[in-house]
Amino acid sequence: MHAPGARLKKRLLSLRLNGCWREDAVAEGALLVDYLREVAHLTGVKTGCDGGECGACTVLVDGEAVPSCITLAVRCDGRSVETIEGMATQGRPNRLQRAFHEKLGTQCGFCTPGMIMAAEGLLRRNPTPSDGEIRTALSGNLCRCTGYVKIIEAVKAAAGTAS
Amino acid sequence: MSATAIGDGNLFRHGVPLIDGIEKVTGRARYTADLDHAGALVGRILRSPVSHGDIVRLDVAKARALKGVFAVVTGNDCPHTYGVLPVAMNEYPMARDRVRYRGEPIAAVAAVDVKTAERAIDLIELELRPLQAYYTSEEARAPGATLLHDNKPGNIEREVHHDFGDWQQGLATADLVREENISCAEVNHAQIEPHACLMDFDPITERLTVQTVSQVGYYLHLMLARCLEMDSSRIRVVKPFIGGGFGARVEVLNFEIITALLARAAAGKVLMLLSREETFLTHRARPQTDIKIRVGMRRDGRITACACEVVQRGGAYAGYGIVTILYAGALLQGLYDIPALRYDGYRVYANLPPCGAMRGHGAVDTRHAFECLLDRMARELELDPFTVRRANLLHAPTRTLNDLMVNSCGLAECLDRVEHASGWRDRVGKLPKGKGLGMACSHYVSGAAKPIHWTGEPHAVVNVRLDFDGSITALTGAADIGQGSSTMVAIAVSETLGVALDRVRVVAADSAITPKDNGAYSSRITFMVGNAAIDAAKKLKDILVEAAACKLEAHPDDIEVIGETFRVGSGAQANLPFAEVVKVALVGRGVITVSGMFTCPPDAQGGRHKGGAVGSTMGFSYAAQVVEASVDDATGLVTVEKVWTALDCGHAINPLAVEGQIQGSVWMGMGQALCEETRYVEGLPAHASLLEYRMPTIAESPPIEVHIVESHDPYGPFGAKEASEGALGGFAPALVNAIANAIGIDLDELPVTPDRVMEALIQRRRQAKLASSLKAAS
Repeated sequence: MHAPGARLKKRLLSLRLNGCWREDAVAEGALLVDYLREVAHLTGVKTGCDGGECGACTVLVDGEAVPSCITLAVRCDGRSVETIEGMATQGRPNRLQRAFHEKLGTQCGFCTPGMIMAAEGLLRRNPTPSDGEIRTALSGNLCRCTGYVKIIEAVKAAAGTAS
Repeated sequence: MSATAIGDGNLFRHGVPLIDGIEKVTGRARYTADLDHAGALVGRILRSPVSHGDIVRLDVAKARALKGVFAVVTGNDCPHTYGVLPVAMNEYPMARDRVRYRGEPIAAVAAVDVKTAERAIDLIELELRPLQAYYTSEEARAPGATLLHDNKPGNIEREVHHDFGDWQQGLATADLVREENISCAEVNHAQIEPHACLMDFDPITERLTVQTVSQVGYYLHLMLARCLEMDSSRIRVVKPFIGGGFGARVEVLNFEIITALLARAAAGKVLMLLSREETFLTHRARPQTDIKIRVGMRRDGRITACACEVVQRGGAYAGYGIVTILYAGALLQGLYDIPALRYDGYRVYANLPPCGAMRGHGAVDTRHAFECLLDRMARELELDPFTVRRANLLHAPTRTLNDLMVNSCGLAECLDRVEHASGWRDRVGKLPKGKGLGMACSHYVSGAAKPIHWTGEPHAVVNVRLDFDGSITALTGAADIGQGSSTMVAIAVSETLGVALDRVRVVAADSAITPKDNGAYSSRITFMVGNAAIDAAKKLKDILVEAAACKLEAHPDDIEVIGETFRVGSGAQANLPFAEVVKVALVGRGVITVSGMFTCPPDAQGGRHKGGAVGSTMGFSYAAQVVEASVDDATGLVTVEKVWTALDCGHAINPLAVEGQIQGSVWMGMGQALCEETRYVEGLPAHASLLEYRMPTIAESPPIEVHIVESHDPYGPFGAKEASEGALGGFAPALVNAIANAIGIDLDELPVTPDRVMEALIQRRRQAKLASSLKAAS
C-alpha cells in the first residue's frame, strides 16, 4: 500500500541519535516526535497532547530538553538527539532511571520517559539542583499519577542530594 | 493442611518497586500507540458539529469512493446500544437519527494514511436539523424543555429519594441547624495517555483481536460481542501498558466499538489514535454538581440528622449516571455515625459530553459540601473541627442506616495523626495574615460488593501455575493501569507461598489466557483480587507441602516451610529445596494450575431499598487530612503550602505503592479544588487541551506528608483495604476550610480560582462599606 496523497518534499537528515550517526530522508515539515517514533521506532518518546502541552515527548537536543512534538526533525540536522532509549548503558538503567524505579517516581509510566529526559537535561547543567530548581526544570512535564512528590524524591536521589 | 503459618503480609514492609517499573523507566513499556501497527489502517471519526439535532441526511458515498479508503461506517452499521449498566444502555457507538452533544461520533473511516482518512471525513455529507440544546441542569429541567430522550420526562435520567431514620425529628431536636448551597464544577480525568486502540479482524478465522486502553476488558468484551453480533469466543481482549485511567476507561468507550466495526468492515487492522481534544470529548468524568445540604447538630458537635439534595448535570447519555447519583447519597454514610438522613438526588440530561465515573466516584462533591458545612457549624458552636469529627465516629464492626457494612475503621487514629503532625493545636488561628489551616475527612469503598453484571460468578478469580522450570505464574484479568495491581498480586502470591518475589511472574488482562476479571474500578483489585491470589497461593502451597511430605515420608502437618526450603519440623532429615519439591509435585500430573477465588457474601451487598447495592463494600478506607494554605488578597491566588494526610488502608501490602497512591489521590483532589474545570461555550469545549484544562504543575504542587494507618480489616487480604481513592474527597473541603481560616470567607464554589476568590473578597469589601455607611447614616 502506498499513500495516495501528494508526495511531500523530503530532505536528508543526518543526526547523532542516541550516540550513533544515522541518515534518513524526512519530510521538511515532519515533527521530530514522528520521526523518532515512526522512522527510528523509538516509541519511548510519547505523544500525550496535541502539541507542546504535556512534555511526554521531551528529548535532549545537544543536551537540552525540548518537546519533540513542536520541533521540526530537519532542525536537528548535524545535532545530537537523545531519547529515553539512549539512557541505559548495556541494558543497565542510568541513575535517574534507577531512582525513578526505586522511589516510585513512575506509576502509569506514560509521562516517565519525558520526565526523566527533562531531569537528565537539568542534572547535566546543574548536578545538585535545589527543590525549587527541580520544580522549575520539570514544570513543563505533566504527571497525573504521582502528585510529583516521588518524582522530586527520585531526582534528588539520582543527584545524591536526598536527605 | 500445612503446619506453617500463612504469610501475614509483613515480608515486603520495606516497600517494593513496581514489577513492571524497569520497562517504564527505560521506555520499553509499550502503550497502545506504541504497538506494532505495520500495515494497519488509520481510523478517523466524524463528530457532530451541533449540540442537539436530527440527522436529516448522511451520505458517505464520496468518502467510500476515495482511493485509499478501506471502510466507512455509520450508525446504520450498529443498531445496538451499548453501556455499562444493563438497565441504562441508551447510547449508540455512532449516532442514529439524532445527535445529543457536540463531538458525538456520527461516522468513521479507515484509510491507508492520515491524510486520506481526513480527506474522507471531509467528503462525508451531513445535514442536521438543529434542536433546542441545554447546557445547564436548570435549563434542561425547566417545564416544556425539549426531551433529549423521549422516555425520560423532565430530562431526568434518575431520581433518588432515600429516607433513613426520622430526619425531621433529628433536625428539630438539634441545637443548631444550618444549610449551605455548594456547587462543584465538572472536571476531567486528564490521564496523560490519550485514548487509543488497535483492532485486528481476521476475515479467514473471523476472529477479532482487541488492544486498547480499557480498565474493563471484560465489559468491553461483552459490548463488542453485542454490538458486532459476534460470538464472544471469537474476541480476544488484550491489555497493553495503560497510561492512567482514574475512571476515564471504566466503561466501554464509543471509539473502541467504532474501531472494531471499521476493522471488520475493512477486513484488517485499524489503529485509532484520538487527539487530546477528542480524548476530552469522550469525557465520562465527574459531573457539574449542585448540592443543597442541611445538618442538625447538638451543642457538643454530635450530628442529629442530615438532609441533602444533589443535582448532577450528567451530559447527553446515561453511562454510569445512575450509579453516580446513588453513590452521592449512599456515601454520605459510612464515614460518620449519622442517626437520620434524607437524600434527594437528580441526575439530569444535558447536551454535553456524557459524564461517568472518576476517582472517588460519586462521593467527592457531596463529601466536599458535608465537610465544609461541618466546619462552619463547628465555628458557630465554638468547637474545634477535630472535636466535631470525633463526636461522630463510627465504631466497627457496625452497619450504617443504609445497611452498609463497616468492618474496620481507623478514622480516630487518622485524626490523631494529622492533628499531631500538622501541629494543629499550636498553630490553628495563630498563623500570619492570609495563611490558614483546614481539615476534613473522607472515605471510599474497597470494591463494590455487588458487581454491575450479576452472573453468580465469584467477584474475583486468580489462577496460579507452577511448571517444571519452577517458575510460578499468576494469571489475573485485573488491569494494572499504573496503580501497581500486578505488583500487589506478585506480593500476595510470593508472601503466601514464602517464595522469592522474582520467582513469581504476573500475566495480566489477556482474555485468551487470564481468568475473567471485572476490571480496575471502585478500588476493588487489592481487596478482591488480592484475596483471590492469596487463596490460589494457599492451594498451591498445600500441594507443595503434600509433595514434600511424600518425599520425606512424613505427615503433611509435620512439614515446615522456611522460605523456599521444606523440611520435617523435627529437623531430623535433610532440607528439601524448592526445585526438588516441584519435581515431586509434578509427578503423574504435570503442570499444576490452581484457581483461587473471592466472593462477597450476600449480607455485604447492601440494603434492600432501591439502589441499596450502590455503596456496599466489604471494607471502607478512611482518611483525614490537614491543608495549610495562603491566600493573596490582591490577586485572589490560593497557594497550598503543605498537606498532611493519614489514610487507614487496613494493612499496607506495599507501603511504597500505598504512599504513592495516597499522594496521587490527594493531589488530584487538589487539582479539582484549585484550578480544574471543564467549561463549554454553546456546547463547545473551551478546555479541550492540557493548557486550557489547568491541572497543577510540579511548580505549584506542595509536599504531601503521608501517614499510613492500619486497622487490620477482618476480611481484607492480609487485612488490607483500598488506598487510592479514600483521601481524594477530603482535600477540597480541607482547602476551603483553610481559606476560611485564612481570610474569613466561606467559598461555596469549586474550583477556588483567583476570579472566584477575588469576587468573594470584593463582595465582602462592598458589604463592609455598605455597613459602615449605614452606620454613619444612622
